[in-house]
Amino acid sequence: MMWRTALSALLSHWRYRPVQLATLLIGLAVATALWSGVQAINAEARASYDRAAAVLGQDRLDSLVPRAGNDLSQDSYIALRRAGWQVSPVVEGSIRVGDLRLRILGIDPVTTPPQAALGAFEGGDGLYPFITPPGLAFTSAETARQIADATTALPPLRVQDDLAPGVVVMDIGIAQRLLGMDGRVSRLLLHPDQPLGRASLTDIAPDLQQRSPQAENDLARLTDSFHLNLTAFGLLSFAVGLFIVHAAIGLAFEQRRAMFRTLRALGVPVGTLIALLAAELLILAGLAGVIGVALGYLVASVLLPDVAASLRGLYGAQVSGVLTLNPAWWLSGLAIAIVGAGVAAASSLWRAARMPLLAPAQPRAWARVSERRMTMQAVAALLLWAGGGLAAWLGSGLIAGFALMGGLLLGAALMLPPILSLLLIAGERLARAALWQWFWADTRQQLPGLSLALMALLLALAANIGVGTMVSSFRTTFTGWLDQRLAAELYITAESEAQWQDISPLIANRSDRILPIWNTEITVRGAPVTLYGIADDATYRDNWPLLSQAADPWDQVALGTGAMINEQLARRQGFTVGEEITLLPGWTFQIVGVYSDYGNPTGQILINLPQLTARFPDVERLRYAVRMAPEGVAPLMAELQSRGLTERNMIDQAALKAFSVSVFERTFAVTAALNVLTLGVAAIAMLTSLLTLSSMRLPQLAPLWAMGLTRRRLAVLDLARTLLLALMTMIAALPVGLALAWVLLAVVNVEAFGWRLPMDLFPADWLRLGGLALLAAGIAAALPVRRLATINPADLVRVFAHER
Amino acid sequence: MNVKALIICLFLAGPAWAQGFAGLGTEADGFAVPARGLAFDFPADHGPHPTYRIEWWYLTATLTGADGRDYGVQWTLFRSALAPEERAGWSSPQIWLGHAGLTTPEQHFVAERLARGGVGQAGVTASPFHAWIDDWAMQGPDLARRVQVSATGADFAYDLSLTADHPIVPHGDEGYSVKSAAGQASYYYSQPFYEVTGTLSLPDGPMVVTGQAWLDREWSSQPLADDQLGWDWFSLSLEDGSRVMAFQLRQTDGRSYTSGTWITEDGSPTPLPDGAIAFTPLALSDVAGREIPTAWRVSIPSKGLEVDTTPLNTQSWMDTLFPYWEGPIRFSGTHQGRGYLEMTGYE
Repeated sequence: MMWRTALSALLSHWRYRPVQLATLLIGLAVATALWSGVQAINAEARASYDRAAAVLGQDRLDSLVPRAGNDLSQDSYIALRRAGWQVSPVVEGSIRVGDLRLRILGIDPVTTPPQAALGAFEGGDGLYPFITPPGLAFTSAETARQIADATTALPPLRVQDDLAPGVVVMDIGIAQRLLGMDGRVSRLLLHPDQPLGRASLTDIAPDLQQRSPQAENDLARLTDSFHLNLTAFGLLSFAVGLFIVHAAIGLAFEQRRAMFRTLRALGVPVGTLIALLAAELLILAGLAGVIGVALGYLVASVLLPDVAASLRGLYGAQVSGVLTLNPAWWLSGLAIAIVGAGVAAASSLWRAARMPLLAPAQPRAWARVSERRMTMQAVAALLLWAGGGLAAWLGSGLIAGFALMGGLLLGAALMLPPILSLLLIAGERLARAALWQWFWADTRQQLPGLSLALMALLLALAANIGVGTMVSSFRTTFTGWLDQRLAAELYITAESEAQWQDISPLIANRSDRILPIWNTEITVRGAPVTLYGIADDATYRDNWPLLSQAADPWDQVALGTGAMINEQLARRQGFTVGEEITLLPGWTFQIVGVYSDYGNPTGQILINLPQLTARFPDVERLRYAVRMAPEGVAPLMAELQSRGLTERNMIDQAALKAFSVSVFERTFAVTAALNVLTLGVAAIAMLTSLLTLSSMRLPQLAPLWAMGLTRRRLAVLDLARTLLLALMTMIAALPVGLALAWVLLAVVNVEAFGWRLPMDLFPADWLRLGGLALLAAGIAAALPVRRLATINPADLVRVFAHER
Repeated sequence: MNVKALIICLFLAGPAWAQGFAGLGTEADGFAVPARGLAFDFPADHGPHPTYRIEWWYLTATLTGADGRDYGVQWTLFRSALAPEERAGWSSPQIWLGHAGLTTPEQHFVAERLARGGVGQAGVTASPFHAWIDDWAMQGPDLARRVQVSATGADFAYDLSLTADHPIVPHGDEGYSVKSAAGQASYYYSQPFYEVTGTLSLPDGPMVVTGQAWLDREWSSQPLADDQLGWDWFSLSLEDGSRVMAFQLRQTDGRSYTSGTWITEDGSPTPLPDGAIAFTPLALSDVAGREIPTAWRVSIPSKGLEVDTTPLNTQSWMDTLFPYWEGPIRFSGTHQGRGYLEMTGYE
């Protein structure tokens, strides 16, 4: 009985203050939404990578791959089987359908090991239509939909839901024909159970080697920094949201001190009171959690297609654009809402528990922050900074980077009120007029009440500056790098060598130089690498972006003794300039340069063209870079088109750059969206705090009104105060944001990505952000200020009637 | 979902494996159908008949080791056609299935191989005779006279030399073997007179063995009758040198269709018509979670034969894509000797 009465008394508070209730729910819901939205996106992407990695059990089964080259003869497969080796052939390749790149997997279902986990091929058609031309192609529902209307060389499609997007599975014979690989096999899956006494691999197929399943999922590793970026944002938004929750709960506790005292005096034990408060919190947090998770789902499903497009453009990673509902995700969203509310309410509960039975029921407004408390906060901030620095110095890896980031941000947030307080004291000292002295003093007096909101604003602004600087620095580096790499004016891919013979005289006539770009796939230390043959040309000598190099690197490449490798290959395999690299047995080059190659997931090697054609006489001679006057590009393209070269096979520099930049922009569109959302959360925090304060400040404002200041004047002063604090916070956020950018570029990116980017500064962005922050603060202040400007004078008079 | 299940899906969805042992399918649609009165043409008929749906080269051997103990060996190559034709390359509709079994009194080893036709992983040539799947082979100048048989599994292997000086024995009406009262039939011949020497590779080490072996060759396109559940098949080597092949096809109504061949010491066959043989289960064993009659009484009153059979190992379970029981037996009664028992369709 007592429980119910007490609980309904406690809950009645919210009935009379719906705005406060809404604030609490919105704060917690938004925080939960951003956090769980980001989690859902990351989880979906990772699930896609895992599925891609698990196709045909590549994550579990050993395979036999050629020591050099792309594929092996089907005869080697039969020879191995006839020698007792339990292996199953796989044909792999890709085809393009529209702008979609499909990964074709040809399998022999009769010999595929059980561990390959192909999934249930349903449809009841049996083996016969699968293996008999035209065969059947199994693909995910999403991919089937994307290519449904396209005319393709693919066999009739069948939907197979658990396949990774972009993967098309068909019979090996059908795939060989589709990919032009008759009699060839890409690799052999090795059954875990092998019969007794089979002959050794070197006796039967000496050109093959056994490769262990990839211990680490390449795509997951490559895309780590991208997801890290999202996670950091989710975490930050959540932290900012908790500030709101903390403020709202703190206020509700303060306002109910009298009620607590009355309840205690009526005989409610302190344990019961705390349990009731906790129960109330659980109800509210559960409600907010449900709303938040639903909102998070919305956020994720809106952002996911963009994220999927970015990942595809940047890493070639196929991520499903469709969100799957996962009960664990829903539950974890709810849990994080409840845990977050608990953390935010811990100090309030602690205070309520220790409150003396008959303590004065006077609202203390907000705990008055003494000098001592400010000092303590400053000391805590310094300790956090030191801790973060220490973690980065002693530790390594992403965790250390995160610790540094966390220490930096939290420390900065804690340091903000002491610094603002010092600045306000300075302002007060400088002020001469009484009104302005009051303004500064009153602002300082309000600082404790606003400090949480201001800390949230600081975090949001610093995150914006930090991430914005990182993205812009990346963009500058990337576009500069594109200019270097895409030096040729026009890139041509002929459909056949005959077609090239047909069009090459025309091109030769119109251009300065034609540079072949012929390439083949080889395997270096068990990993696939693209080997390019290039002509010795100023295009490379002048423009190629080298990170490190030997003396006269291009001369050595031209001589046929040197090879250039990309940064990815260098980092992954630990190659450095001066070392030797073996491309095929007995075919070794000196590494004379390492070049940057952003956004390319695979390794690359450049050697002199004659070396490539001597070793691979059958290499496809179809791709060329054309150096010419830029104004001649469009007419030449038109003429080539009339000669039968499709538009798809001609790419001019400008279009290629535009495409690359668009991929990049799309990538960070998500970042920008999250940036805006975080700022929005901070604005809500401001609004909450100001609303709270406005109702409590009447006793302080009433005397000023009585002394002749109009309500309008008071309102303007209040608005000015809010804007001043926002501006000061913005200024304080600048160094914090730049420090954050440095941590991201020099610590986190290096750990996650493997490359360090130079940091550039973008003051115009800061101005824009400052304007945005002031706007947000102004909007947040608008409602309370408007209320003050139009307050009934009787309310102000009543202040004097109240006994305080 | 593993690929084994996938393959079962793919196979079962097709008509060929719908029912019973190694799937005498449901209909003959498009496939050649056995006809009465067609004489075998050797050695060509030792080779494959791709226009028939199902075919097998089925060898069982009752062996005695240097340690004096009994052993049994099975080597089987099945051919199953998805369509009544042969094509080169991966589009060949011929699927090959290999089963190897090795039975000791305590253990039963099984291995299975699957292969597509058309690419050289498995196949059969008639002359010189060569049947293979992966590294397993049955190979020799003449299947009827002299072949070498080998297979390896994860934990066992065997290599046997087989010789025979008796001619091939046709079953039924000159090789036309009727399988039901409705007239379903197959082509069926045997070489029941092989003498064997060879070596078994067991986990404990190699074992030299000698003994006798029995080859069954059978091809057909017709299904079991709708009411037939499975079969119990016996090959018996009597102490006087005679051989007996006897089987019953069990029906849903509890009755069965029986057939058999009495083969004299010199190899001349006498068909045993439906009803001439009686099969009585004597004891059930718990095998792979099901009750299977592993001891039988076989009576052929017209030949004065009544024997009780006992298995070397009651757990001779072939845990393959389509599981069944296959193992060596001994028998006693009016006659004594050794043989092989195969039972299918026990759920």
